[in-house]
Amino acid sequence: MESVIPRKRAAIIGSGSIGIDLMYKAMRSHHLDLRMVIGRSSNSEGLARARELGIATSSDGIEFLAQHATELDIVFDATSAQSHRMNDQVFRRANLLAIDMTPAKLGAICVPSINLDSIASERNVNLVTCGGQASIPLAYAIAQSFESLEYIEVASTIASDSAGLATRENINQYILTTEQALRHFSGAGLTKAVLNINPAKPGIDMQTTVFAKGRYECIEKVRATVRQMVARVQQYVPGYQMVLEPIESKGHLAMSVTVRGSGDYLPAYAGNLDIINCAAIAVAEFHSACWERSAA
Amino acid sequence: MITITDCTLRDGNHAVRHQLSKEQIRLYAEQADAAGIDVIEVGHGNGLGGSSALLGLSNIDDREMLETARSAIQHGRLGIHFIPGLGKSTDLEMAIEVGVDIFRIASHCTEANITAPYIESVKNQGKTVYGVLMMSHMAEPDLLAEQASLMASYGADAVILMDSAGYLTPDDVRWRIQAIQELTDTKLGFHAHNNLGMAVANSLAAVEEGAQLLDACIKGFGAGAGNTQLETLIAVLNRLGYRTQCSFESIARLARTSEQYLDCLTPHIGAANIASGIYGLFSGFAPHIRRAAEQFSVDEYQLYQLLGQRKLVAGQEDIIVETAARLSTAS
Repeated sequence: MESVIPRKRAAIIGSGSIGIDLMYKAMRSHHLDLRMVIGRSSNSEGLARARELGIATSSDGIEFLAQHATELDIVFDATSAQSHRMNDQVFRRANLLAIDMTPAKLGAICVPSINLDSIASERNVNLVTCGGQASIPLAYAIAQSFESLEYIEVASTIASDSAGLATRENINQYILTTEQALRHFSGAGLTKAVLNINPAKPGIDMQTTVFAKGRYECIEKVRATVRQMVARVQQYVPGYQMVLEPIESKGHLAMSVTVRGSGDYLPAYAGNLDIINCAAIAVAEFHSACWERSAA
Repeated sequence: MITITDCTLRDGNHAVRHQLSKEQIRLYAEQADAAGIDVIEVGHGNGLGGSSALLGLSNIDDREMLETARSAIQHGRLGIHFIPGLGKSTDLEMAIEVGVDIFRIASHCTEANITAPYIESVKNQGKTVYGVLMMSHMAEPDLLAEQASLMASYGADAVILMDSAGYLTPDDVRWRIQAIQELTDTKLGFHAHNNLGMAVANSLAAVEEGAQLLDACIKGFGAGAGNTQLETLIAVLNRLGYRTQCSFESIARLARTSEQYLDCLTPHIGAANIASGIYGLFSGFAPHIRRAAEQFSVDEYQLYQLLGQRKLVAGQEDIIVETAARLSTAS
């Protein structure tokens, strides 16, 4: 059934893997009216896909968006951290809600299973990284169920084909942003993030393991808290699945999740696209609902 | 002249679960330097930033390892291994500050473009940079050649192929090096593992095809069945007329003196190492797989087989535990 709420007008800037996977998800959302997909290269495969689906496209980048800003409410920025820092000035001038898919972390950081409610009045929401979206809910659940938490380490592996150019050009920013967000949400004094890119063909499923060091009373209690959190994430990321329940391993508590994607753009192994894009849609829909309430 | 990089104090750290001590590093760096080794590579087995729950914690931190080696080396050069995604830019800055000479920036065989910013930045600071393609058996020669020429285009002074799983045979090595030479004239190097008993033969094949840099470790002290055994390699190279700065005599002396403080067992290819070579799995997985098989009471070789099917690469040690747990609940 169609929602009666008027849809929010949205644009995606960045026509790489993240942007195009997001396009399919935005088109399915009952809260969003995807008006345009913007890239920088006229022969972009992503823009061609958008045109095939009847969506307006441009290869003129942020300049095009600036000209059309009054036709929009929400913009998803799937460019790069460096570009986002410049794009954000345009978004601010036009008072658009910016959902930042890059690791630029200019705005409020959001992991929907943890702090969706706290971002209602934000105009720039940052979604950390794919590894961050997969691991931070677990780290948060651990922090809730531990008596004290010293250290959190997160290792994510993604398939070669699913690592876009912007990610590849700045893995350092990915790591710094993930580590900082892990500290922010878990309160652990020390965090470490690792990103592996696996060359195997066909691609391997995205997998993330969290290692925690600290004191806890009862492992079953930890497991129960972690399971509840996994269920919360599954509400907006259907392919999120625990494959290793928390176990003791070499002085740490270790647990793993995989993310199977919905196969919108890249095959299902590219769960890294899904986890951050599903989070982006969750943020956009939450904001739409908030606007609706405040308008009523 | 063949340039020899001695990885004993880096790859060898895999053999002792990253527990090399300050004293071991000081003694070996001093003696390898005196023996005429060109480049002495030092660090956690997985390079800068490798110390972790995932891969194993180092005995002493990266800076202390490098400072110790730096003050022990008079003639040769000090090298590090660095994998983007594991190490950070700040680790490279630290290494520059300590006075490292050779920066080896590594990626898995098809992921060369993740090394670009690191190669460029270290190169801009006037350092020697080698690009390293790990797990090079996973890419066909033509693809590997494209990746190697990318690294050269970022400014790498040489490109090193690593047979991290000890999977390749001499012909595999020749085809790879020939394909690279068709695309680029960058200097090439080879880093072998001995899981299938091919390390010296593969290194020789690389040199015969034109590689100018070879990696080796004393007594083969390295991940899995170990690396190319330095003593054997120098003996064979010299007999065939390839010149090296070190001589068989100086290396034989190094093998004897280092016995007193490096607990490296006589090189031995265990059945587990052969399984790792056959299934194309990273040599450094061996202790992780053994431990996981014991923890979950599953068959070690069945675990190797399953992990081979999942095409794991170095850095995915977490999947070993997960697969062992899955295997134990399945049986």
